[in-house]
Amino acid sequence: MTDWLRRPDFSQSQAARERWLAPELAALTRHHLTHCPEYGRWVRAMFGPAGDWPRLEDLPWLPVGVFKTHSPISVPETDIVAAVTSSGTGGQPSRVRLDRATADAQVRALAGIMARLTGGARLPLLILDSEAVLAQGSAYSARAAGILGMMRLGRDAVFALDGEMALRTEAVTAFLRRWGEGPMLVFGFTYMVWAHALPALVAAGLRLSAAALLVHGGGWKALADQAVDNATFKRRLAEEIGVRRVHSYYGMAEQVGGICLEGEDGFLHPPPFVDILIRDPLTLAPLPPGRPGLIQIMSLLPRSYPGHSLLTEDMGMIETIDTGVWGGKAFSVLGRLKQAELRGCSDTFAARGPA
Amino acid sequence: MHWHDKLRQVFRDALDLGADAEVDGLAYRAVPAWDSVGHMRLVAALESEFDVMLDTDEVIDLSCFDKACEILSRHLDG
Repeated sequence: MTDWLRRPDFSQSQAARERWLAPELAALTRHHLTHCPEYGRWVRAMFGPAGDWPRLEDLPWLPVGVFKTHSPISVPETDIVAAVTSSGTGGQPSRVRLDRATADAQVRALAGIMARLTGGARLPLLILDSEAVLAQGSAYSARAAGILGMMRLGRDAVFALDGEMALRTEAVTAFLRRWGEGPMLVFGFTYMVWAHALPALVAAGLRLSAAALLVHGGGWKALADQAVDNATFKRRLAEEIGVRRVHSYYGMAEQVGGICLEGEDGFLHPPPFVDILIRDPLTLAPLPPGRPGLIQIMSLLPRSYPGHSLLTEDMGMIETIDTGVWGGKAFSVLGRLKQAELRGCSDTFAARGPA
Repeated sequence: MHWHDKLRQVFRDALDLGADAEVDGLAYRAVPAWDSVGHMRLVAALESEFDVMLDTDEVIDLSCFDKACEILSRHLDG
């Protein structure tokens, strides 16, 4: 497996990233065109004949919703070893299918990205979720895939919650006693951390190590009605359970492994093998920094399914480019596009898309 | 007991393979028991049985019995 997965260099400039990434993504697009007839039909219908796609913004993309109704693959059916499904907060769940190489690349990618925060050490892992999430055979939810990915990076993993989302007080107390004030990795989905783990830990009078690193993702959608923003989330975690290093990430079932981590600046940062564009929701034209629009995510990881360039239903904004220690784009997620606004672009796809 | 035999036993126990199961040709995802969850059980069992600590790359690289032997031999010789 290649070095770009094992040791991603986040400090690379946007220009250096694109010089390498654009031709790699163009080659990956040709791979999918060659091996996935459905993808070929969609791309020809929406973007015309195959081009050279010299820039990232030239690359064809699929609306992410395609994976709710279709599960296209670019490898022989017999090579498929696993599937990942989304939690389906917006109704029907998405489903992508993985061959061994893609599943392995996802795990390696996550390990390389997380090493940016952990230094590569396998830290004792406290999972703010229930082990019951994992009991699903080879069709994992994105939540299970995230937990399993983190378990590879951690050690002596303990699940903090039981099947009823109640605190496993004894197990958590033993974990905290064993690892004391040392470094530990704490992982959970944003909603689970906020709605279940945090109140339960507070009620039990438990505080985590001041050296704990908490990583969470899955988005704020489920929390929107509780008016929780990132600043409130971080302040409460620091005040109530003593965790000061808190990083969210942006990821999705269609992009397992290729997550964008929140940096010390509070913005999200794609790893070098991932990039994002912001597009105007109406014209779909690429937008400059400071202008909110739909997030398009591109990644070198999806080889077994044509999910390497997806227009999401998430609104976001590029905040800065190349101004921090991370290099590349720094962006924010602003929320989910309202269904009404989305209609225009899915109609376009329905009319000209799947044959 | 040679450590290869001990390792075979760790594989059988961690992956619920039965006392006489053939282990040497085994690969990740090739049998239902060696899925992602089974893999973590296997790593934990191997680490505690041999009192070693694998690094992240090794946890990911451990994709078949032969690879496990190779990784473990590095630790046991070191």
